Amino acid sequence: MTNVSLTLGPVLFHWPAERLLDFYRRIADEAPVGRVHVGEVVCGKRMPFSDPCWPDVIERLERAGKEVVLSTLAAPATVRERRSVADLCGDERLVEVNDITALPARAGQPFVTGPFLNVYNEATAQFLAGRGARAICPPVELSLAAIGAMAAACPEIEFEIFAFGRLPLAISGRCYHARLHGLHKDSCQFTCEKDPDGLAVDTLDDQAFLAINGVQTLSNQVQAFCPTPETLAAHRIARLRLSPHTCDMVRVAEAYRALLDGEEEPGAVRATLAGLDLPGEMVEGYVHARPGWMTAATVD
Amino acid sequence: MTAPARMELVCPAGTPSTLRAAVEAGADAVYCGFRDETNARNFPGLNFSAQELAEGVRFAHDRGTRVLVAINTFARVGDVDLWRNAADTAVRCGADAIIAGDIAVLDHVATNHKDAIRLHLSVQAAAATPEAIRFYAETFGVRRVVIPRVLSVPEITALNKNIDVETEAFVFGGLCVMVEGRCYLSSYATGKSPNLNGVCSPPEAVTYDEDGKGMAAKLSGFTIDRYAPGEPTGYPTLCKGRFNAGGKTSYLFEEPVSLNAGSLIEGLKKAGITALKIEGRQRGKGYVSEVVRAFRRAVDAVEAGGDAVEIDRILAGQSEGGRQTAGAYRKVWR
Repeated sequence: MTNVSLTLGPVLFHWPAERLLDFYRRIADEAPVGRVHVGEVVCGKRMPFSDPCWPDVIERLERAGKEVVLSTLAAPATVRERRSVADLCGDERLVEVNDITALPARAGQPFVTGPFLNVYNEATAQFLAGRGARAICPPVELSLAAIGAMAAACPEIEFEIFAFGRLPLAISGRCYHARLHGLHKDSCQFTCEKDPDGLAVDTLDDQAFLAINGVQTLSNQVQAFCPTPETLAAHRIARLRLSPHTCDMVRVAEAYRALLDGEEEPGAVRATLAGLDLPGEMVEGYVHARPGWMTAATVD
Repeated sequence: MTAPARMELVCPAGTPSTLRAAVEAGADAVYCGFRDETNARNFPGLNFSAQELAEGVRFAHDRGTRVLVAINTFARVGDVDLWRNAADTAVRCGADAIIAGDIAVLDHVATNHKDAIRLHLSVQAAAATPEAIRFYAETFGVRRVVIPRVLSVPEITALNKNIDVETEAFVFGGLCVMVEGRCYLSSYATGKSPNLNGVCSPPEAVTYDEDGKGMAAKLSGFTIDRYAPGEPTGYPTLCKGRFNAGGKTSYLFEEPVSLNAGSLIEGLKKAGITALKIEGRQRGKGYVSEVVRAFRRAVDAVEAGGDAVEIDRILAGQSEGGRQTAGAYRKVWR
């Protein structure tokens, strides 16, 4: 048995309001996750579509006993985007800081940091703890050993590792969905909505490699880190983050819960995940301090 | 803030001899780093020892040029002292400023060397809003911010009206199309990254494979571009490669171009920019001398009220060869 918790990260993709409502209804009722992040992280232009559904989503999740965290934009730029960050930071609920912009607005109140914020060492983590950080999900390129070393030096903070989903690798001022369709970001026509798990970017030799999601670039492959409870305990990892995709996320959460509770072996959990409709091959190179695209088999 | 009286030209110094070349070509300031992983251009044969830095500072100061030391990678967990010591050494060598992006480094300098050296916020910190910049200024006493290459000139103008620290903008050299300091593409493919190792798309991961279809430029086995027989090959920088997506083959992120915002110097001055930065710490003495000399003349011409045609003529020699762009400074880039 372990007391490691599951966190459902924010939806990174442009899902229509109906899809978001359906998704979170099912998460509220069925998914064994303790904490659920909601909010638009990638592109402020999508907020008019999703903002109206958050009050209902939050109420439903909280009535089901989930802890709701409000996620803020990773790269706020416009006046409206900056105002939305400040507004969210005024909420009584826990807030996920994804850009330093949010830090002053959240002064004196507890927060968590997402993988978009550069927390690479114990000194930075301790500084943020002094400002109210309660949990830190470091950038995805950090290894399990590095996160474990940070956790050992910062016992007052919960450390979370990005365990499942396409890896968020980069963010830009330029929208690649718009560029692919011959449009500009300012008149993008929201073409990213057509790709609810991101659009695959293959090499000229048709090797699966990356994926685009508006201004964001992700891995084509899906992080599927399936550690034993003992491994997590040894590295003082308190939380695993599951990043939403269109596959059966309730099943994903159940598989991870069984793993954390010692009811299933990592191999069996990998087999379960492989049977779901994942958008790419399962990888876990980063956690082993190797290139992120490497699989469990290739890192050995 | 109001536009400064005279823009500063900040130039690259990868080695002691390029430092001297940049100073002699008219740099107002040079920037350099130590020969280790504490700076974002960690290549063999580049960068400075403590003694070389001290000598470089003396040479530059004798000629009225400032020296800025880049300690702009993110400190490795368990080894933060290597980065702290680099900052201490920069102070000891008499450098004028430290360019840092990691809170651990900024906090160390602010706590221990507050009055001894200026702090500049590295582009790696990706501070692009008034709130973020004010946080760094108020918390660590940061005096200047190197702004990310994703903002347009009107956005820079608006930003400068809302902050009271200096801003520095890239005008020539590499073009990162992702927000700097928040891009892990290189480590995803190769295991080495700008934030952790000071390298992007590192040479040891590059191979060129001749096959029936031409020459494939690969990074860790991923084909980043392909060239027809006889066509000159390029370096497989990840975000400047050709990919298949949505049924199209294209330079999806960016063409293999470099940044040249020479024609925008006047606009950047009006936008309130304090300093213009030229990239190229990996480049040789000849290149640095030539580029710095051209930009020196262009900046002086702008400061003297010269017109755009004159500036273009001065910089014409810099636009031969590789393809260039003014990048995000022009709004259509997005």
